[in-house]
Amino acid sequence: MIEVNFIHKAFGDQEVLKGIDATFYQGKTNLIIGKSGSGKTVFLKSLVGLHEIDQGEIIYDDRALGTLNNKERKALRTEMGMVFQGNALFDSLTIEDNVTFALSMFSDMSLSERRDRADFCLQRVNLPNVHKQFPSELSGGMQKRVAIARAISMNPKYLFCDEPNSGLDPKTAIVIDRLLQEITQEFDITTVINTHDMNSVIEIGDHIMFIKDGTKAWQGTGEEILNTDNPEIVDFVYSSRLFQKIREKL
Amino acid sequence: MYLLKWLNDLGRYFLLLGRTFRKPESRSMYYKALISDLDLLGLNSLALVTVISVFVGAVVTIQTAFNLDDPLVPDYYVAIATRESIILEFSPTIVSLILAGKVGSNIASTIGSMRVSEQIDALEVMGVNPAAYLIAPKVFALVFFNPILIVISMFLGVLGGYLASMGGVMTVSDYVYGLTVDFVPYHVTYALIKSFVFAFLIVTISAYYGFFVKGGAIEVGINSTKAVVSSSVAIIVSNYMLTNLLLV
Repeated sequence: MIEVNFIHKAFGDQEVLKGIDATFYQGKTNLIIGKSGSGKTVFLKSLVGLHEIDQGEIIYDDRALGTLNNKERKALRTEMGMVFQGNALFDSLTIEDNVTFALSMFSDMSLSERRDRADFCLQRVNLPNVHKQFPSELSGGMQKRVAIARAISMNPKYLFCDEPNSGLDPKTAIVIDRLLQEITQEFDITTVINTHDMNSVIEIGDHIMFIKDGTKAWQGTGEEILNTDNPEIVDFVYSSRLFQKIREKL
Repeated sequence: MYLLKWLNDLGRYFLLLGRTFRKPESRSMYYKALISDLDLLGLNSLALVTVISVFVGAVVTIQTAFNLDDPLVPDYYVAIATRESIILEFSPTIVSLILAGKVGSNIASTIGSMRVSEQIDALEVMGVNPAAYLIAPKVFALVFFNPILIVISMFLGVLGGYLASMGGVMTVSDYVYGLTVDFVPYHVTYALIKSFVFAFLIVTISAYYGFFVKGGAIEVGINSTKAVVSSSVAIIVSNYMLTNLLLV
């Protein structure tokens, strides 16, 4: 479980996060939604420690991120996996080397054990035959799946995804969403996903937080978001004609 | 204002150096990176250094012979001047300046691209120290290989002069004799000390500009140019300081 208490983050004069509280639950897909520029990515990067927060605290199962020394923070990071918006695969390495990178850095596994683990992770994301290819040789959806395979290679306790289906066609986006949900439940991970895709919200949203202008404007479950009367949520969720029609039928 | 920005950059540069020289997470992974960087930064520069050194050596010999065309000045002085020009200045400094362009822009753009495509963030989230993993092997690779390149350049520069002498600028025997007259071995040591320092400056300054890129492809290009300009200026200034320190 990850607890976030009243975090603030500013870049110069611009305050991006204005005191956000949140709890992200183990074994659940926790979604952060909001418009572009609402502070979702800054929030996610603050969670993993890529941005130092100005105020507040982030607690990973009783470990406050801000109070950890370098060694403890490194240890915590080996428990994290992250899927970046642009995948952030190491383009000079093969897919297998990408997936085994963290294992080579931090584990005592032998080469064959690391290869077995890469096999397992790539099989899990339904990419069995791409080991020796380079990221540039794969499609966007396949790269995304490699990024997920890399993120789960170390058996993480926490998985973070920044807009995992941006730039993907709707069908592939749903495949990625479902894969993330399955992995979350299968490995009992605390998964936090940034998205502005309403399909994702409906497909996999166990627990949803809506951010507006750097503040938490709403939180609830996937069921609740469809029935809420909160005008900001209604405006966001039902912005497309398709969803407006669905709302009319609900 | 400009001074404050410069001091800020200098402070960040030294902080980055502090992060770079830390204990590696995995020796084997850093060793792999070192081998790859030796190839990329060192071996890949060999052809360029060869061509430049041979031709510049030849041109220095021809120009010196042309300017010392005086019956009172013995011909072998041309070889002495060529040798000293190449050992003291051309090979360590000019070759390093050329490498600052080739290697420096490569380092800045590679690391910069990794920054804008979030690969550096990915390393950080994994718990890897990106400064150490990306920069330290490059520093060791070039600090190790630059002196080798410089020694090869010295040899080839002198060889270029020899080939020019064969072309009729002077007699080959005068050239060979001149190469051995008043030779001071310490000058080679001085050149090698410079090459170590220049290699360190090229890698760390270029890596600094790559590491702190903000934006996209255009900013990567801008920072690569800044990396080449700044490392060239650093080479020129430190060349003056080292010469004062080691030769005067």
